[in-house]
Amino acid sequence: MRGIISYGAHVPFRRLDRSDISGFFDSGGGRGSRSVASYDEDTTSMAVEAGRSALANAAAPLASGIEDVWFTTTAPAYLDRTNATAIHAALRLARSVGASDLLGSQRSGIAALRAALRGGGTTLVVGSDIRGGWPTGADESDGGDAAAAVAVGDDADHTLIAELITTATTTAEFVDRWRVPGETRSRVWDDRFSEAQYVPLAQEAFAAALEAAELQPADIDHAIVTGLHARSVKRSPAKLGLDVVAPDLTDVVGNTGAAHPTLLLADVLDRAEPDQIIALVVLADGAEVILVRTTEAITEFGNRRPIAGQIAASGSVSYAKFLRWRGQIQPEPARRPDPTRASASAAARSTDWKFGFVGSADQTTGAIHLPPARASISGGPVDNMEPAPMADATGTVVTYTIDRLAYSPSPPIVFAVVDFDGGGRMPVELTDVDAEAVGIGDRVEMTFRRLNEADGIQNYFWKARPARFAAGAGNATPEPAEGDA
Amino acid sequence: MASNGIKDQVAIIGMGCIPFKEHWDASLDDMLIDAAQLTFDSAGVAKDDIDAFWLGTAQSAMAGITLSAPLKIEGKPVTRVENYCATGSEALRQACYAVASGAYDTAMAIGVEKVKDSGYQGLNAFPIPNDGTKRALTAAGMFALMLPAYAEKFGIDEDDVRMAAARVAEKNHYNGARNPLAQFRREMSAESICQMAAVAGRLSVFDCAGVADGAAGAIVVRAEDAHKYCENPLYVKALSFVAGTGGGIIDPEFTFTTMPECEASATEAYRQAGVTDPRTEIALAEVHDCFTITELILMEDLGFAERGTAWRQILDGNFDLDGDLPVNPDGGLKAFGHPVGASGLRMHYELWLQLRGEAPPERQITTDRTLGLVHNLGGYPGEMVSFVSILGSELG
Repeated sequence: MRGIISYGAHVPFRRLDRSDISGFFDSGGGRGSRSVASYDEDTTSMAVEAGRSALANAAAPLASGIEDVWFTTTAPAYLDRTNATAIHAALRLARSVGASDLLGSQRSGIAALRAALRGGGTTLVVGSDIRGGWPTGADESDGGDAAAAVAVGDDADHTLIAELITTATTTAEFVDRWRVPGETRSRVWDDRFSEAQYVPLAQEAFAAALEAAELQPADIDHAIVTGLHARSVKRSPAKLGLDVVAPDLTDVVGNTGAAHPTLLLADVLDRAEPDQIIALVVLADGAEVILVRTTEAITEFGNRRPIAGQIAASGSVSYAKFLRWRGQIQPEPARRPDPTRASASAAARSTDWKFGFVGSADQTTGAIHLPPARASISGGPVDNMEPAPMADATGTVVTYTIDRLAYSPSPPIVFAVVDFDGGGRMPVELTDVDAEAVGIGDRVEMTFRRLNEADGIQNYFWKARPARFAAGAGNATPEPAEGDA
Repeated sequence: MASNGIKDQVAIIGMGCIPFKEHWDASLDDMLIDAAQLTFDSAGVAKDDIDAFWLGTAQSAMAGITLSAPLKIEGKPVTRVENYCATGSEALRQACYAVASGAYDTAMAIGVEKVKDSGYQGLNAFPIPNDGTKRALTAAGMFALMLPAYAEKFGIDEDDVRMAAARVAEKNHYNGARNPLAQFRREMSAESICQMAAVAGRLSVFDCAGVADGAAGAIVVRAEDAHKYCENPLYVKALSFVAGTGGGIIDPEFTFTTMPECEASATEAYRQAGVTDPRTEIALAEVHDCFTITELILMEDLGFAERGTAWRQILDGNFDLDGDLPVNPDGGLKAFGHPVGASGLRMHYELWLQLRGEAPPERQITTDRTLGLVHNLGGYPGEMVSFVSILGSELG
């Protein structure tokens, strides 16, 4: 039996109030808010956060069981080279574990999940997307940024929290929306034409799935209907015989593209009871339907960073800063030299440190070295060290400074000296904070970020962010969040 | 195995320093030629009288040919040295040891930096290829960590520490205003500095060293030969240097209220020189005031003030030009400017003037003490190099 072992998601901290758009341009915008990836996040770094969450949530240690990582997005950081290798490195998976990308179309996200559920082995499927468009456009305000990861495997190897019932697919070639590679703006055909295509495609796939499973629409406990064509998404449930559909989060997060189906699935799983049937219906150049049934194990499963909690634990970002972060507005840069590109060979030598945040610990004194060192600050012989994985460590701000001179894509830099629980100290940049709200004694955790980009090379490393979720499994509640960017 | 020091074995017989400023019209070569000529003239020697040369530059050029080519030094050894912001002092230290060893009769140390050709303000280190995980924090940001930490450790109102730091800038600007070679010759009040916008932590731009082009040099000979060249040489009493482990930055015990490398290098220098009570034995100190808070902490690390009291002593004016221990009477990095490779030699140049009574009258200190101290650091709190020298106008 195939099914879902674990899941986790990352909703970026920042929210753009859509009314800010019309306030700026006198047009566009709308109601509600959308999630905004920070200037130091891209689809790869967000995927790492979602993947870390999925591995942390698993009831049994999962990292050593993963055989493949599939990364899917419409906004990859790189072409030609694989983006999933950075996720693989940050999750510290073995060299024998595969990592590959399914890129380009929104359909890639759900297709990856379907392929994993229908295939063999244990696969971590991570959808991650940054959605936008030109200012005042519908895609800019309706889009959202997020990542969601689902670990899929076999009940022979893992405890499943949801079992696969069946899948169904319809495919059709028609021009609904399209984006030329390299452009930020998508274009769409007549809405009504697309609706005329999508609704029958959804009906056909849904009917096939129900027939295969010998189920009726009324048997569905949680129905998720999503896709980038909002009009079809809105019209489909009634045509599918579904009375109630799960919240699609477009009012608070926006449509997160290739990540959205798995994000919504994660949100439903956060609330699902045992033995409930979940239908996932995705409209994307056809329709994809996945039916799963939750197991008793879901009662024991705890999402340490529940979707509703991540939605609540947010801070706002101004529209001006949003445009700057997205490169839609290019302000005068600081009169400092641009950062230089990270050295590929130096980075390859320090993969465990740079991507895995693994320091070293003196085997005699326990002194933690960040970055790892061969000789200890407490003396003793060289190479008396063992790896010290610190990515999941939490810590406390000992002192901090706000640096308005240092280079940053979004100044000022807030730097803190962090003492980690259980040992280790590091001066580290803080993110997802407002400079004036930082204080000595603040509790922080580590997060994987994109520090900068030079010569097209994305420079990934770790920063600290406020620990907004209490440690420990199950029903974690976020600390009240506040602040603006 | 021991650090033996070279007390009274080597003497400085001449020094020269060009103005530190934005030398838009002078190249690195020009500054080297001018500073070398002032230094030769000071000692009453010519280029060919020097047996070996040490050139300090942090990042303006590489190799000894940087000096030998513009000066047309033929058939002589020229060594380029670099040790962060202590580069100039390192050049002098190497020249002193070369003479003390007997390898050479005469040696020159010269430091230079051309920082103003980058097109950017401030100091920008040249990029060395790395894995991209290096800290992005500026030096100002790193040193700014010390201000609140100091206030917290000693239970002092942070505003009082901030004012004491600004008072350091006020003092150094006051002194710089009396120094025709200094980059900044305008007096600044501590109150006005406190009111400026912060650029890093609570530090404003005027809590940071000036950034200038410049060059300075010294000529050293064996002490017993000094009077052949000079009536009133300065004798090298102590030279100490500590390169830290970098451990402070990752050590949870590190407090950001002291710089252990500075304390260790001072202790070693006092041992070499036989100084037991620096506060009463030292006539003046030139210290590395890269940021105002750095000078405040240094007053304690160098043993001039008890822990937790430097801020008060600064506010009381004890380190002013007319205080009992004048610190940075030439304006320091703050007002004199900081051409990295030249600064260490510039600090010694002020000792050269003051201990021999040749400083301009408006800033000549009056003292019966004969020892001066130079402290020159490079790096950041927790990971730095620190140099301390003690020079004296008397033997013994």
